[in-house]
Amino acid sequence: MDIPYTVEVRRDTGLTNGKIGIWLFLASEVMLFGALFASYILIRTGASSWPRGDTILNVPLATFNTLVLISSSVTMVMAWASLMRHRIGTFRIYMGATILLGFVFLVVKYFEYSHKFHDGLFPSTNNFLAIYFTLTGLHMLHVAGGMAVNAYLLGPGARLWKTNPVWFTNRVENSGLFWHFVDLVWIFLFPTLYLL
Amino acid sequence: MSEQAGVVVPRPHVAHEPHHEELGFWRKYVFSVDHKVIGIQYAVTGLLFLLFGFSLMMLMRWQLAYPGTALPLIGNLFGEGRMPGGTMLPEFYNELGAMHGTIMVFLGVVPLAVGGFGNFVLPLQIGAPDMAFPRLNMASYWFFFLGGVTMLVSFFVPGGAAQSGWTSYAPLSVLAGTGQTMWLIGMIFLITSSLLGAVNFITTTIQLRATGLTFMRFPFFVWAQFVTAFLLLLAFPPLEAAGVMQLMDRVAGTSFFLPSGLVVSGQVLTNAGGGNPLLWQHLFWFLAHPEVYVLILPAMGIVAEIIANNTRKPLWGYRSMVYSLVFLGFMSFIVWAHHMFMTGMGTAMAAFFQTTTMIISIPSVVILTALIISLWGGSIRFNTPMLFALGFLPMFGIGGLTGLPLGLNVADIPLHDTYYVIAHFHYVVAPGTIFALFAGIYYWYPKATGRKMNETLGKIHFAGSLVCMNVVFMPMFLMGLAGVSRRLFDGGASYEFAQPVLHLNVISSWGAWIMALFQIPFIFNFFWSIRNGEKTDGNPWQATTIEWAAPSPPPHGNFLHAPQAYRGPYEYSVPGAARDFSPQYEA
Amino acid sequence: MTSDHAADIDRHVRVYITVFVALMVLTIVTVAVSRVHLPVPIAVTVALIVATIKGSLVACYFMHLISEKKVIYAVLVLTAVFFVALLALPALTVSDGYWIH
Repeated sequence: MDIPYTVEVRRDTGLTNGKIGIWLFLASEVMLFGALFASYILIRTGASSWPRGDTILNVPLATFNTLVLISSSVTMVMAWASLMRHRIGTFRIYMGATILLGFVFLVVKYFEYSHKFHDGLFPSTNNFLAIYFTLTGLHMLHVAGGMAVNAYLLGPGARLWKTNPVWFTNRVENSGLFWHFVDLVWIFLFPTLYLL
Repeated sequence: MSEQAGVVVPRPHVAHEPHHEELGFWRKYVFSVDHKVIGIQYAVTGLLFLLFGFSLMMLMRWQLAYPGTALPLIGNLFGEGRMPGGTMLPEFYNELGAMHGTIMVFLGVVPLAVGGFGNFVLPLQIGAPDMAFPRLNMASYWFFFLGGVTMLVSFFVPGGAAQSGWTSYAPLSVLAGTGQTMWLIGMIFLITSSLLGAVNFITTTIQLRATGLTFMRFPFFVWAQFVTAFLLLLAFPPLEAAGVMQLMDRVAGTSFFLPSGLVVSGQVLTNAGGGNPLLWQHLFWFLAHPEVYVLILPAMGIVAEIIANNTRKPLWGYRSMVYSLVFLGFMSFIVWAHHMFMTGMGTAMAAFFQTTTMIISIPSVVILTALIISLWGGSIRFNTPMLFALGFLPMFGIGGLTGLPLGLNVADIPLHDTYYVIAHFHYVVAPGTIFALFAGIYYWYPKATGRKMNETLGKIHFAGSLVCMNVVFMPMFLMGLAGVSRRLFDGGASYEFAQPVLHLNVISSWGAWIMALFQIPFIFNFFWSIRNGEKTDGNPWQATTIEWAAPSPPPHGNFLHAPQAYRGPYEYSVPGAARDFSPQYEA
Repeated sequence: MTSDHAADIDRHVRVYITVFVALMVLTIVTVAVSRVHLPVPIAVTVALIVATIKGSLVACYFMHLISEKKVIYAVLVLTAVFFVALLALPALTVSDGYWIH
């Protein structure tokens, strides 16, 4: 049985189900990260002292990671644009690059975290580190999740291109929306934790 | 009414789309992606949890009525760690209390009201073949199931299940035993389930409604589920974040909610400190206030449908009701700190939350008033669904009105955390929402099964439940006004000032135990009628909304031909019409 | 989306590259500003403004929000209102008059 508007848009809303679905999900994610930012505000304003981010965290490494994530957002949207131009080969290159850049991000974070642990700095050490590890940890889970979906779309999921290219393009677009959101969260996380 | 599976739209050529061959038992009844099967799964699971949560309370009521006495017959079943010699330990009382609340709210009412009724009725009422994301729908159910199992298993871990109230306030919850960790994990599953469900409901309502079904032609039930889905979508995530943070505090040694210098059992805690217990309260209530509207809105939707149908008149003030519903949903996000009036906020913020709370009572009153006025001049049919719907009205009225002093900062001072609060919210949820859910079961049972439930048994269920609900909860207002705090494991027995009202505990307890007896006709009726109920056609209530256009029970794909909406949802007794109802789906 | 022509996509791609460069530059800017050690309230304001600009670029152009449909805008506006409430109200309530005085 077919569900209408999975592939073609509904005329009065101009949207497919998947597009609405992903934006609704992103709205809930805004509230999820919003709660953590609200917690950050409450804890920081209630603290007698609060360290500057750059005194504890590695700003150059995080700046690099920021540029990595921004680049991956570009490659992601280019992957979608390639599908719009019916260039499946170019799609594979850009999607592969997106996943690779995500992997680089995770590797850098692995080094950041292990360096912290090596220096005896854990979430339990103080509230700055607690919120740092929780916010970046949750963000990392989202990066990993996005990479998993992208890997599926690059791999077995790409079979859909042959039978229903429009549906596949929409799926890539929707996955891209999630990926851009993950980048967007980092754009706010980075200055908040590292620079202030 | 034909038996064959209906296909709504012609299928485009998609090579790997599954054909309509017969699905095996597991894909058809257990791992189904059909919203009707999923809805029934949610409903039955929810009802079982309601029964379980009710049983926990009945145990508690023994301790409250006869504190310190051994429970006869079954008291020894709970072991030395919980009821030595059949006498309840305070820790066990707390366990029962925390889990009663958690189970009733998150495993009972919401799954039944939203997962059950929403899933089963919503696509049918908008003329859709299924939900927008059927597989996501199935995933939602199984996340709920996992959350439920986690909560149940938590009873068996060392130290028992969560014991810090359904509200899990820090620092007590952070310092509690393993059961609390399982509560947090269970909540994360349940929240995930709700979030996925909310995405599905909203997308489905916007995208899959039938041709001609504009928003202002929606049955009120659809509007109610639509607004509820937004509440779930946007209010739950902060609790999920809070749950992760409490887990971090418990497992990773962080101090999000632990202040500095906390002394526990004479020892100063060695954690880093600097946390804020109020942070937990804010994040918890940010969800939990909209959550209470999640509990009531579907109920209002159900009652609206049943009243329109059984008065043979359109709802009075449909437009006002819809605007009120939307306004209510919006306001529900900015009233939460009325649960926190006693936490030391300044007068400015207290005034802010008091004001928003008073404002939010207005749309509630509008909706209730419109429902009551809808009865005026109607040809009322007093069948079982209607009896429960009618019972809902004054019960919700009492519950709502008694909330007003709680929402006023100063009046809340003597009432906060007393039995008055318990009475208030139980009136809204128990003879309020749960009555509406019963009404919905009697009403839509024929659609799901093709048979009606027995009317006589239904009336006995109704009469007994209505009387008993009031016997249980009305005395609690008096106890609260006398100053008896909630969550006291002896019901106030150790307090001098409470002595004059302690007998009310006995009254409430007997009300509860007798109410249990009156549920037996319902449980029996529910199962007996599957095979023996009076057979019906597609529209046994002569109703106007689109779900009644489908066969009873509807086949996979729901409708034999894609329905269309030609008019509003409650065209009853239209002057000049041949019958006293003009269905929405008939040209 | 399905009816976009090749020329449209080319235009989009040019926009993506422009936004990409802007994002890189703004990242450098925000790090550079942080080296100046401004007083905390000002540092926070500047950092948030830069982040908001960057975030808006990602949202408007990578996520195509600038040409999205009304339904999506409605959902996001609603979310934004509650997001602000969540960030502001607890702090106002708990803060001991930190903000109020």
